[in-house]
Amino acid sequence: MSDARDRIAAEQERWHKQTVAPALARFPEQKAEFTTNSGVPVQRLYTPADVSIDYLHDLGFPGEYPFTRGVQPTMYRGRFWTMRQYAGYGTAEESNARYRYLLENGQSGLSVAFDLPTQIGYDSDSPYAEGEVGKVGVAIDTLADMETLLDGIPLDKVSTSMTINAPAAVLLAMYIAVAEKQGVRPSQLAGTIQNDILKEYAARGTYIFPPEPSMRLITDIFAYCAREVPRWNTISISGYHIREAGATAAQEVGFTLANGIAYVEAAIRAGLPVDTFAPQLSFFFNAHNDFFEEVAKFRAARRLWARIMRERFKAQNPKSWMLRFHTQTGGSTLTAQQPMNNIVRVTLQAFAAVCGGTQSLHTNSMDEALALPTEESVRVALRTQQIIAYESGVAGTIDPLAGSYYVEHLTSEIERQAQAYIAKIDEMGGAVRAIERGFMQREIQEAAYQYQRQVESGERVIVGVNRFQVEEPPPTNLLTVDPAVQEAQQRKLADVKARRDQAAVDRALAGLRAAAAGTDNLMPPILAAVKAYATLQEICDVLRDVFGEYQPTEEL
Amino acid sequence: MRKIRILVAKPGLDGHDRGAKVVARAFRDAGFEVVYTGLRQTPDQIAEAALQEDVDVVALSILSGAHNTLLPRTVAALRARGLEDVLVVAGGVIPAADIPGLKAAGIAEVFTPGTPTGAAVEFIRQRVRPA
Repeated sequence: MSDARDRIAAEQERWHKQTVAPALARFPEQKAEFTTNSGVPVQRLYTPADVSIDYLHDLGFPGEYPFTRGVQPTMYRGRFWTMRQYAGYGTAEESNARYRYLLENGQSGLSVAFDLPTQIGYDSDSPYAEGEVGKVGVAIDTLADMETLLDGIPLDKVSTSMTINAPAAVLLAMYIAVAEKQGVRPSQLAGTIQNDILKEYAARGTYIFPPEPSMRLITDIFAYCAREVPRWNTISISGYHIREAGATAAQEVGFTLANGIAYVEAAIRAGLPVDTFAPQLSFFFNAHNDFFEEVAKFRAARRLWARIMRERFKAQNPKSWMLRFHTQTGGSTLTAQQPMNNIVRVTLQAFAAVCGGTQSLHTNSMDEALALPTEESVRVALRTQQIIAYESGVAGTIDPLAGSYYVEHLTSEIERQAQAYIAKIDEMGGAVRAIERGFMQREIQEAAYQYQRQVESGERVIVGVNRFQVEEPPPTNLLTVDPAVQEAQQRKLADVKARRDQAAVDRALAGLRAAAAGTDNLMPPILAAVKAYATLQEICDVLRDVFGEYQPTEEL
Repeated sequence: MRKIRILVAKPGLDGHDRGAKVVARAFRDAGFEVVYTGLRQTPDQIAEAALQEDVDVVALSILSGAHNTLLPRTVAALRARGLEDVLVVAGGVIPAADIPGLKAAGIAEVFTPGTPTGAAVEFIRQRVRPA
């Protein structure tokens, strides 16, 4: 093999002198250095001499360690990825209608977007909620809203992802309670809560409590779901928002897996054996425009996580080694200019996610740089996935880009860079410390600023923004959320409060307070409070009282 | 001559601060003195910070869709503290249809996605230090 490599390298040398150099003399290349979107240097050509992998050790077979080629033995030949469009706005009634629309159009799983007050544990009548109710997602104050949201949706058949972090335990409890009313047992429920607080501190901003009690809430959920809701993904460890905030592909992998390590360590410290909770961990990544780099990124993340779980944490169950992930196309890559062009960007990104072996996928809508997506643009986004699934042929074979000299080289390179970030974070004492010290935030900010400078200098071309612009009229037909939503939601909340058994609410909240101050698992008292129609904010306020609130350190 | 002082602020519960931070750095590189509030600021908190920091400009970044509520309230909170001359600009995902209303409420300019940071710098220079 090394003989063959030497021969190829020697031949490449000859090719360069004999064929390339004269061509370059006549037609210089467009720039002196080529890089990926994330700044990884890119050579003119890759050959077997650039790929130093051991097939059986580094790639292996789908469904087997180290899962570089995919987590399932047959991948999309058995079943396509779950087509899961993130949706929700306004009232629970409106969002319920959107979910039914998506399911009727062939979507295979739900993904619930909550409004910001819900994500930060405020009710719709809080002064902090002013102007925000129902804007970026649906407003949920009590179990009554959740009953409306999921009305007529069979929870034993549909899997549901909920983008909820700091109050994840409360929304999961509401979901379990609605299922019980439908006659569906917790053990039948399938879905995901995001529940990833570390990336909230680092990049997304919807934190409530300080790190220590936040990690306790998370590990309490791990422990509870391992027993009661075994098909539920208890966390979706998310690189998506880290990337959106400006990180490179390698930072996305490095920071996300470093956060993953912190959760695993916290759960082990809380006394959970690794194989009891690790099979329920899931991940969430971004897909940006640099097709090959993105495919390599997904493959690198899978291989690296498998090795971390097996070698570092000594997990025995192969399910604990598997990095299963959801992908969303890159919101920050969408342009407000010539929005139809975004359909093409989303197609490239979605195709990368599928070539990278994603388990589920959200495709962004063309109008998202302008407003919330309309029904029509959401349909085009879903159709994009269906065209990839049914018409492109990509689903016919597993990990189709494996063996590409370039993709294998990039896979190893991203893995190497991500590993270096993890080592650096380990030296700082782990992800929680690294975030408290602002390390991830500074790295992300720096990358975002460099990116913007490249766009403004014209070094990085964004079609329709800094090249190929046209004069265009302001876009019309944008979705708006009726400001009356806030009042309607407040009336509904007042009505629930008037009808509920206040003594039962008080008892449940007192029970929660006692548990929070002690060490009992918090899920049972939260479930009891939810069933008594305590509001989201009432529950979060009890916890704020006991746990305190996170104080970020802001630096520029 | 004293440098232009600018408060970059995130009103409401929106956690998307990539734009705010990139713009803040561009302002600093352009020679402005920049104060960044961090996330989750109420209109009153922003106005209070503007008063304490004695700024010439307040730059508001918002992507949550709550702009029609929060931006006019921030202008009102500034004016209520006697900050009549502070220039208020905004950036973020703000539909074109909402811009006339925001301008009528006292937002001097709205910068939407794709605007080069240099355009915001230039606008501020022109308005704060007219040649």
